Parts: sequence; structure tokens; C-alpha cells
Amino acid sequence: MEGSWQLKNPYDFLTEMGFDLPDKNQSLDQYLNYIDEDMLEDIGTNKEMIYASYDALHGQLEEESEVKVKSILIKGGFNKDGEKEPLDILLKPGEIVSIVGPTGSGKSRLLADIEWLAQADTPTGRVIVINGILPDESKRYSFDEKLISQLSQNMNFVMDANVEEFIRMHAESRNIKQIDEVLETIIKHANDLAGEPFSLETPLTALSGGQSRALMIVDVAFLSKSPIVLIDEIENAGIDRRKAMEFLVNAEKIILIATHDPVLALMANRRLVIRNGGMYKIIESDESEKKVLEKLEKRDRETQKIRNALRAGQKVQCD
Amino acid sequence: MITVSGPPSSGKTSVIGKTIEALEKKAIELAVIKFDCLSTADELIYEKKGIKTKLGLSGSLCPDHYFVNNIDACFHWGLKENVDILITESAGLCNRCSPHIKGILSVCVIDNLSGCHTPKKIGPMLKFADIVVITKGDIVSQAEREVFAYNVKMVNPKAKILHINGITGQGAAELGRLFLSANDYQNLDDKKLRFTMPAALCSYCLGETMIGKDYHIGNVKNMKL
Repeated sequence: MEGSWQLKNPYDFLTEMGFDLPDKNQSLDQYLNYIDEDMLEDIGTNKEMIYASYDALHGQLEEESEVKVKSILIKGGFNKDGEKEPLDILLKPGEIVSIVGPTGSGKSRLLADIEWLAQADTPTGRVIVINGILPDESKRYSFDEKLISQLSQNMNFVMDANVEEFIRMHAESRNIKQIDEVLETIIKHANDLAGEPFSLETPLTALSGGQSRALMIVDVAFLSKSPIVLIDEIENAGIDRRKAMEFLVNAEKIILIATHDPVLALMANRRLVIRNGGMYKIIESDESEKKVLEKLEKRDRETQKIRNALRAGQKVQCD
Repeated sequence: MITVSGPPSSGKTSVIGKTIEALEKKAIELAVIKFDCLSTADELIYEKKGIKTKLGLSGSLCPDHYFVNNIDACFHWGLKENVDILITESAGLCNRCSPHIKGILSVCVIDNLSGCHTPKKIGPMLKFADIVVITKGDIVSQAEREVFAYNVKMVNPKAKILHINGITGQGAAELGRLFLSANDYQNLDDKKLRFTMPAALCSYCLGETMIGKDYHIGNVKNMKL
């Protein structure tokens, strides 16, 4: 595992790329004067590309001017039959909206429209408006892939690293300087969410489903800069779902949950119903629905208690 | 014309297939030239979708050299067949491949599962691409996706990065849109490769099988040991 590369000197930068350099502590220009075309060709690069990479590494590239998303308006387009969608929906940070509808109803298309900042140029004809203004063409790419972070059904990491190395790598890619603080926050909160404790030294691949899920959620809350979080069906894998939602709400994320899980669907104040490729209607969750949620959550806690008792090797019985 | 390249099994065929599906509604005549090394059944996948396909197998030749020796003829075939967009698909077998041509839209497909340091290990086909498509994002976590995309950005800061799911096709419509805005050409005269191809001309290129210094002739490079 590499150490911190935040202030990588030209020597390390070039040797890591595979260049063989005589002495240290020279400037990038000096090295590039010395390196001949054949060496560049062997490594499959050229001087221009090296300069660009080096600048990118040091964040000198026209680094995104950190657009703060205050609202996202999805203006209705058309469903699969070409019928006009009857609604627009305005999303704000700190809000949870669930998206419901059968498989294949057009959920992915909706999310892809948001991600692409659709301007009536996708199959649905929807228009996405950020902070009340239409994003111009050049903005479309500077937002790229930073708009939505996605917690998918996948519960496993594939990276061969331990928890600390993983968080460091992610923080470095975000150019975050106070990595130690972040490390502490993440591990603490992830442990709050997961039933069983794990440490910074635990290999990612050794985490249980619940632990992985907890780490992924906390990581998204604290390290992902995307203003929108899409949660795709998190099962009840032994994590505290309410607390998980709180982390994300407190991180001022716009939270979209695509789910069939009644507890999650009801945690949202609004439910967007998708039907036949179109936004069909919005249901506001009212007091009577909140009562249903309470009931379900109570049942969940009971199940959890029984699960814990069984795990601890105890006997269980009816109250 | 558009060149699509990427390491083996990164999802090139799926991405191209989904992108063509997304473009189909626009009534555009598309064709794919699939370059491969030994054998492939991918042309059948394309044919099944009703896409015009030609297959080129390089056999014992360097696939990249085979590509560049044939690309002109392929382009003319496309013109003859009245193809609007001709897509070439070639597997980057040695990471030093370099099939991209100046002025021609170039795409590199690379997958999240290949490991987060992989972008640093891939040469011109990634570094000199206009668009980098990252696949298999559904199998890894958000953080892994972000780190991977960051590492791509580090080696090719100018490229547009697109995330495409080759199974559901999410993101493919957007790639299709970029395909439509690719430059149009009537011929490939005076076109140049973006980067030199991997070189070789030694006794082994010509069929030598014996091992030992006496048999090394031509462009030979020795390891420092």
C-alpha cells in the first residue's frame, strides 16, 4: 500500500510510472529534459500527458468549484407510451424520498436522467434543473458522476485492503487533508450502525454483510461529495436503518430510496410512484402511515432482540 | 468512425451492444468491426442483435499492427455499405496497445473489478482516449467506484468519464449521444495514430523458437539484472 501521495515529489511521481531516474530532488522540467522520447514511448506516454497528470494529481486542474446543490427539480417528460408525466418533483437536501414501483418500471431511467442532467435529450424527455437554473453544456461534464452516490444491493468490497487503507485511499482521492480525523469519525459511526464491532485493521473482505453495509453508508455520508444518495434496496442486514438515515440526513444529502422494504419506504416523507416508465404520482406520508411505521419498527426491534439473544447463546420465549 | 478498445473482458461488446440499442430508435446505420486475436464468438452476439459485423482475427500477428494495416480497408467497406457510424472494437492485449487515431472519437472501456491501480498500468489506449467508460460499477461499492474513477482521471485528466452498466444499459444512451457528435470523415487519408504502436522486429517475430543469445536478432532489449 502506498503512503500519502498528497505532496508527491516529481521523483516519486515519475519512478512510480516506471521511469528509471539517476538522482532525486530535481524539478519535473529537469527530469523531462533528461528523459528521451524512447523512454516515453516505452511507457506509453508523452510529455504533455505527464504534465497533465502531474497537475491533476496536485489538484491544479480546473478542480470543480464545489457546486453546492440546494435543489433539484425534475420536470416531467413522457412515459413509455408517450403520455405526458403529470408532475414535476422538487428535491431538497436533508429530505428522504422513496421511489416505489415494480421492477422494470423505469426507476433506473429516472436516476440516469438526474445523473446526466437531462435536458429533454433522453428517451423520457425530462429536464433536470439545479438550483433553479438550467445547467449549461460545459457544466454537464464538470458535474460528471459526482451528483449521485449509489448504495446498491451489493454488500461486498472487492478491494484487497484493510478498513484504514480503504478510507485513506478514498479520502486521498477527495483531496482531504485531515485524514486522521475522518478515520476516527468513520470507524466510530460505522460501529454504531453495525451490530458487531470491527476495527481499522480488519480486512475489507473479512467484514460481515452488516459491517460492510455500515461502512459503506458512513463512508458515503462523510466522504462522498455527491449531493444525492441513492439507496437501492438495503436489506435488513443487521444495521440500524433509522440511524443510517439520520447520518445521511445530517450530512445534508438528498436521499432517494428505491425499495420494496416497507420500513424504508415509510421512513420517507414522500413517495414517488413510478409506473410504465413515468413518474405517476407523489404520495405524502401522513400521521396514520407513521403509525404503521411505528408498528413495523417495533416488530423489527423485537426480531432484533431475539436475533441478539440467539447469537449470544440464550434461550428465547414469548412475553 | 469510432475506435473502442479496452482490456479483455472489460465489457466492450456489452457496452457497444447497449449503446447501439439506445441509438436504434434514431434510425442510424451502424456497423461493428471486431478485431480479436484467436477466436471469438462476439460477432454472433452482434449478428443476433441484427448489427452488421465484420470479424478480423490477427492470429499470430500483433493485434495492434493487424488493426492499423486493415483499418483503411474497413473504413472503405463501411462507406460502401452506407454505414453512418462504424465502430471498431479491439482488445488491448498487452496494455501498451494504441489503436486510437487523431481526430477520430476514441473510447476506452475499463472495469471496476480490474483493481484500483489498474488505470496506472494501462498505456496509450487509456491515456489517449477521449471517453473512458467504466463498467461493472454495480459489483463494487461507491467508494471503490470513486477511487477508481479518480485514478482514471489521474492518468487521463482530459477524458470524459462515463459509467455504464453493460447488463442493464444504464448510461449507454449518454454514450450514444456522444457517438452522434463524433467527427464525420469521407476517408482516412493523412490520418495519424495518436501514439506509436508497440514495436517489435526480432527473430522471434519471424518464427524463431530456439532460446539463447545466438538466436537474438533485430530489435532486442535486455533486462537489467
